[in-house]
Amino acid sequence: MQPQPSAAAPVAILALDAVTKEFPGVRALSEVSLSLYPGQVTALIGENGAGKSTVVKVLTGIYQPDGGRILVDGRPVRFANAQAAAAQGITAIHQETVLFDELTVAENIFLGHAPRGRFGLIDTAAMIARSRDILTGIEAEIDPTTRLRDLSIASKHLVAIARALSVDARVVIMDEPTAALSHKEIHELYALVDKLKAQGKAILFISHKFDEIFRIADRYAVFRDGQFVGEGAMSDVTQGALVQMMVGRSVDQIFPARRHNPGKEVLKVVGYDHPTEFADINFSLRRGEILGFYGLIGAGRSEVMQALYGITKPSKGAVRIDGDVRIIRSPADAVAHGIVYVPEDRGRQGAITALPIYQNVTLPSLGRTSRHGFLRLAQEFALAREYTARLDLRAASLETAVGNLSGGNQQKVVIAKWLATQPRVIILDEPTKGIDIGSKAAVHEFMAELAAEGLAVIMVSSEIPEVLGMSDRVIVMREGRIVDELQGAALTPETLVRRAAGIGDME
Amino acid sequence: MSSTDRYIPDRLQSPLQRRLKSWETLLLAVAVAIFTFNAFASPYFLNAWNLSDATFNFTEKAMIAFAMALLIIAGEIDLSVASIVALASTAMGAAAQVGASPATLVMIGLTVGVICGAFNGLLVTAMGLPSIVVTIGTMSLFRGISYIVLGDTSYGGYPAGFKFFGQGYVWWVFSFELALFAVLAILFGVLLHLTNFGRAVYAVGNNPVAALFSGIRVNRVKFILFLLTGLMAGVASVCLTSRLGSTRPSIGFGMELEVVTMVVLGGVNILGGSGTIPGVVIAAFVMGLVTFGLGLLNVPGIVMSILIGALLIGVIALPRLWGMWRG
Repeated sequence: MQPQPSAAAPVAILALDAVTKEFPGVRALSEVSLSLYPGQVTALIGENGAGKSTVVKVLTGIYQPDGGRILVDGRPVRFANAQAAAAQGITAIHQETVLFDELTVAENIFLGHAPRGRFGLIDTAAMIARSRDILTGIEAEIDPTTRLRDLSIASKHLVAIARALSVDARVVIMDEPTAALSHKEIHELYALVDKLKAQGKAILFISHKFDEIFRIADRYAVFRDGQFVGEGAMSDVTQGALVQMMVGRSVDQIFPARRHNPGKEVLKVVGYDHPTEFADINFSLRRGEILGFYGLIGAGRSEVMQALYGITKPSKGAVRIDGDVRIIRSPADAVAHGIVYVPEDRGRQGAITALPIYQNVTLPSLGRTSRHGFLRLAQEFALAREYTARLDLRAASLETAVGNLSGGNQQKVVIAKWLATQPRVIILDEPTKGIDIGSKAAVHEFMAELAAEGLAVIMVSSEIPEVLGMSDRVIVMREGRIVDELQGAALTPETLVRRAAGIGDME
Repeated sequence: MSSTDRYIPDRLQSPLQRRLKSWETLLLAVAVAIFTFNAFASPYFLNAWNLSDATFNFTEKAMIAFAMALLIIAGEIDLSVASIVALASTAMGAAAQVGASPATLVMIGLTVGVICGAFNGLLVTAMGLPSIVVTIGTMSLFRGISYIVLGDTSYGGYPAGFKFFGQGYVWWVFSFELALFAVLAILFGVLLHLTNFGRAVYAVGNNPVAALFSGIRVNRVKFILFLLTGLMAGVASVCLTSRLGSTRPSIGFGMELEVVTMVVLGGVNILGGSGTIPGVVIAAFVMGLVTFGLGLLNVPGIVMSILIGALLIGVIALPRLWGMWRG
């Protein structure tokens, strides 16, 4: 590490000053500040939903702030669009960079800003030469004329980095750059970051992995719920202090009061393995219980749930429902055994948005509302009315297409659909993601009610307050494995973050 | 149940109101207009037997179009139907040469249709191939078999009892084909609009992923629809072969495009998710009336297909142009 006194770089290349960004019903950023200095790596730290990706979008001109200033070299600027930010030398390497498999490496690097020759045609020779320079600069042994599809994932990532550097970058934003890389590749990336630092570039490094933050960053900035919490030099802070800042002390939301009163075991998962997504998953679930699943994005939580629901096939393992081994090959099988799943991606997987509310609600229950396979509309409307009323749905009529509802009300339709099947186990995957506060509270209230009625609930959530406020028991997953099971006094925000990030059991 | 003061009405407009504003109503108006025009344009039009003859222009295609409508609503398509007609006809012709009875011939025709449909369905559902590609392939494959069997010869000599399916009359001017068309229209209308299966078809066509996540056996629904489409191609083959009294490998050539045209004209979204059987029924009459009317006016066949194409594009583009013009 090269400790870099801030006096050596008094003026930030890029800074946010009291920036606010609002979306309908949500304040994504609330007067946040952030400074990036030349030759320094600043780690941006925060839980999911803390506002990190919104900051990246403001810095790169994709979003325009509703309040506050953006400063470049101390002078206030406005980025009208992404091109304006790129013109100031600000570039970002996203988690999932969009590259084109059928184009060559050089074409990918210079797509949209290729050097032009005579008649405005692309100067291929210059493009290849400059690509080679950039690739050599980051010590990537890649031939600029190869097609991208012939490269490994890690090499593609290097091409993405080369693309970011091709615009003569002064500020490089890296959004979880190591998420998809192997151990060896990660170390190559660290070397590259050190190199960029030495060239005097300012780097914003977003990561959930504490070991790499301490390995690579000079400074930190912590966000929580869209607010700036604190910043400083890495050398002045401990892991514990950072975790403390991330999770905060107070839990602002109010969760329904619940009595933990689990009944008989309904579901038992034994030795669940998947070739790529997860391994050795064992857990059990009782009636009247809310079991939380916490972990970082990509920890394999949704994948376990989708295997349980028959979407993907586990390679090994068994599921017992009420003690009997059940084979679940499709969602239809799962529903028949009383397991239902409210997916995270509402618009794509949860609701059929073009169809009316009542048809969405009754879709899995048609066997009950129909007679001899013939629809009975009166019964359908009655069922839809009953369950949408229970969830306090707001809509013009039951014939309204689900796509015309707000996110929160769409989620209520999906939940109503599953409750109408009278399930035994309900799996909720990020049930309150992207919905307004009012609907959030209604969903929480409702989960508590369901558990009290004896339903077994699994809740996959990345929001710590929600996990703490709702769960009787929490399973923490990391890299496809269950790393801990917490309940009672052991269930604290600090432990959740530590276990999910793997702090405390690193070699 | 938690109490609530809030009350969400089931409907904001009655089913009748909705129907009045629908595509089907517009199409019906077009049909009436064409009928009226034809009645004035030709003195031979308003003749019961002439009109009865005119129904043969669409009955066979419409039988396939009913099943095709369900398939397209579910987000798939079968372009091999005309080739299934040819293959089924070839099989029946071969059987007729060795003296098969009319009942056996019908069984053979339907069975070949079902087998071809199952073949398409398996390739699409079990192997996950896109149906447009699969059925372009089987379109060549099925008709290719007919060409290999027949070359430039043809099968004739169908037994006398077999004539009824394409040439018989149930009562007065009402042909067996027209009666079958009516029965099938009702059966498919009931299947699509009044049963759980029909609801699943709409769900699958609108969002196959969400339908799967909702516990619908998406592949099973699609497979059944391919099977049904094959079966209906077999039915159409029986009628057409009986009507023509002979089988050439080119029998029914190009029929798939007219079937798809009929379905789309009937208001079925070519991308899946919406459409009705009444719409397809009216579209069948519209196409039949146009073809017949133009025939009476001695318009050559090639001009007719140009006009049918213009009608299709016009009817589909008109509401959109209307919307653009009104801003």
